[in-house]
Amino acid sequence: MEIPYTVSTRQDTGLTNGKIGIWLFLASEVMLFGALFASYILLRTGAPEWPRGASILNVPLATFNTVVLISSSVTMVMAWASLMRNRFGAFRGYMGATVLLGGVFLVVKYFEYSAKFHHELYPRTNTFLAIYFTLTGLHMLHVMGGMAVNAWFWGPGAKLWKTNPQWFTNRVENSGLFWHFVDLVWIFLFPVLYLL
Amino acid sequence: MEHPHATVVHGAEIEHEAPHEELGFWRRYVFSTDHKVIGIWYAITGLLFLLFGFGLVSLMRWQLAYPGRALPFLAFLGEARMPGGIMLPEFYNELGAMHGTIMVFLGVVPLAVGGFGNFVLPLQIGAPDMSFPRINMASYWFYFLGGVTMLASFFVPGGAAQSGWTSYSPLANIAGSGQTVWLLGMVLLITSSLLGAVNFITTTIQLRAPGLSFFRLPFFCWAQLVTAFLLLLAFPPLEAAGVLQLMDRLAGTSFFLPSGLVVSGQILEATGGGNPLLWQHLFWFLAHPEVYVLILPAMGIVAEVIANNTRKPLWGYRSMVYSLIFLGFLSFIVWAHHMFMTGMGTAMSAFFQTTTMIISIPSVVILTALILSLWGGSIRFTTPMLFALAFLPMFGIGGLTGLPLGLSVTDIPLHDTYYVIGHFHYVVAPGTLFALFAGIYYWFPKATGRRMNETLGRIHFWGSLVFMNLIFMPMMVQGLQGVSRRLFDGGVTYEFAQPVLHWNKVMTHSAWGLALFQIPFIVNFFWSIRNGKKVGDNPWEATTLEWAAPSPPPHGNFTTPPVVYRGPYEYSIPGRPRDFLPQCERAEA
Repeated sequence: MEIPYTVSTRQDTGLTNGKIGIWLFLASEVMLFGALFASYILLRTGAPEWPRGASILNVPLATFNTVVLISSSVTMVMAWASLMRNRFGAFRGYMGATVLLGGVFLVVKYFEYSAKFHHELYPRTNTFLAIYFTLTGLHMLHVMGGMAVNAWFWGPGAKLWKTNPQWFTNRVENSGLFWHFVDLVWIFLFPVLYLL
Repeated sequence: MEHPHATVVHGAEIEHEAPHEELGFWRRYVFSTDHKVIGIWYAITGLLFLLFGFGLVSLMRWQLAYPGRALPFLAFLGEARMPGGIMLPEFYNELGAMHGTIMVFLGVVPLAVGGFGNFVLPLQIGAPDMSFPRINMASYWFYFLGGVTMLASFFVPGGAAQSGWTSYSPLANIAGSGQTVWLLGMVLLITSSLLGAVNFITTTIQLRAPGLSFFRLPFFCWAQLVTAFLLLLAFPPLEAAGVLQLMDRLAGTSFFLPSGLVVSGQILEATGGGNPLLWQHLFWFLAHPEVYVLILPAMGIVAEVIANNTRKPLWGYRSMVYSLIFLGFLSFIVWAHHMFMTGMGTAMSAFFQTTTMIISIPSVVILTALILSLWGGSIRFTTPMLFALAFLPMFGIGGLTGLPLGLSVTDIPLHDTYYVIGHFHYVVAPGTLFALFAGIYYWFPKATGRRMNETLGRIHFWGSLVFMNLIFMPMMVQGLQGVSRRLFDGGVTYEFAQPVLHWNKVMTHSAWGLALFQIPFIVNFFWSIRNGKKVGDNPWEATTLEWAAPSPPPHGNFTTPPVVYRGPYEYSIPGRPRDFLPQCERAEA
């Protein structure tokens, strides 16, 4: 038995199943982070005082991380575009770079977190740090998830390229959509937590 | 891929195309990716949880009718719960919280959406399976793990969650470790429903048979589609809330703890600065759409059964669909009508009571259309039809008793009373559950190739109808008298409650009666699997696509892919030899 429209698009919708699936998943992710951002607003407006992010957090490191994530989005697009042009070798390179940049982001985040812990700044210290650690922690989980999927397509998952290149390209496109979403969340997190 | 001869042949693809691959026992029945097997698993697990949830509440009902009277055979539950068989208030709270959680998240929704949605939806749209069969299987197993987690929480120190199914903070923040397990269980259940919702929507959009346009979809499919959107978009905020409460409980944050909170006469050691109302907002942002998750699939089932058993098209099919969509949108902006008591401000109350009054309109449109559909039909009083017919007034009572709760002025005196319990149980128990029973009797022949026994079905129906009303109507009486819904002795210590206290015994005895009348159903269910009357593919002479598949449908569903020529309810067309015209049959016959 074969499920239709896993590889080719359905004529009246113009979409594959996977494309609809990933967008629906992203819609639910928007609601997840949306609820957390809404909580942030409610907590902040209800607080008698709220520290400026820059006075506690390390803005240069976060700026560096923003650049890292945006670059990883670019390499992600290049990975997909390489597949579209039938250049598998280039895909390997760009996909590897995407995963590595994700790794750089995590390492920087690790130093940021341990610096906070070193100064005895924990989630329980105050509400600002509580929401900071919750939001960035959840975002980090998403980065790890995206890296795992991308690493799979870089490594063992790439076998599909030999048997069904179209399907493989679709999958990379969908995981790219997720990766861009993860970047986008950071683009919101950075000003909200570090700058405002 | 559909034409193996036209494509370049790779080794891997030939294997893929091999017909009738035989699956082993584990792949076929346990780790199956077949939507029908998954649907049946969902349904059976859901029914078992319904039974378990009923067991929990029957213990509560004993305590309410006979407060403090010992049940010696339950003394084994331990000193912390029932010392000498006498129930402690903490145990009553545990039962209450878990009854609600289990009935809603592990019983009704998995049965209505996971069970019926999985089994019927792909068949009704003429699809070979769900669009993501393996994700579908994962969805079931996340649900199963969530259920096991919830059950396991009874065994952690301090017992299961005790802060109500709503887990209001700060009460839930300071509760025992069962609450942490509850949150973890909810995260698993939310994951399950997310995977299911993505699958349902994609399947409905992509895998409809040729000719099956959206306005030829059976109403049941529409109901499942809107439900899936609600699950997709409403559950994540609860997941966010769950993460925040977990942080509060495990990492010592104070998202929901205000400064200077006093617990047992002592100021709680916490950073404070949090907002208990935030939990309620996030919780009800899920839980109000959740009400529609409970009721919409039920309406879908009732619509199918009514169209089939009145032998005429649904009255106002299009207006029903538009109402459904409108209802889905609106259900996201009514949540705070659960919070009139919190003092969130009159402006907020005014907004939410307005939206609440507006949302009653599409519900009434659907209900009215269903009632008008009966007019002039040649009604077949089969067991599914009896349940579907009873759904209409029962849901009607549930809905109408909700109006006073949607207006803040009348809600304030009623909110903490049994009136609320009576109201929403009318919606969910004789409402949704009756529709689900109708669905079981209606689609049983499709799943097994055999029909359930009608006599036992009638006994089940009439007994359930009488006792359901005897349980829930007295709650309204007690509630109007002002009896609080949060008392573990049923109100014996209150002077004003005395005139209505005798109803407690009536309700408890009726609950036993209700249990008794579920026995014919259980017997019927298992007996009919092997011994029910054998029937053909289309025993109800129905028009929708699922009846064009063999009974039971094989893996892949249809022997020939169906093509759709017309709308879903073409019954009693004048001048035709038969009183029904299936969707996939060419008109010249």
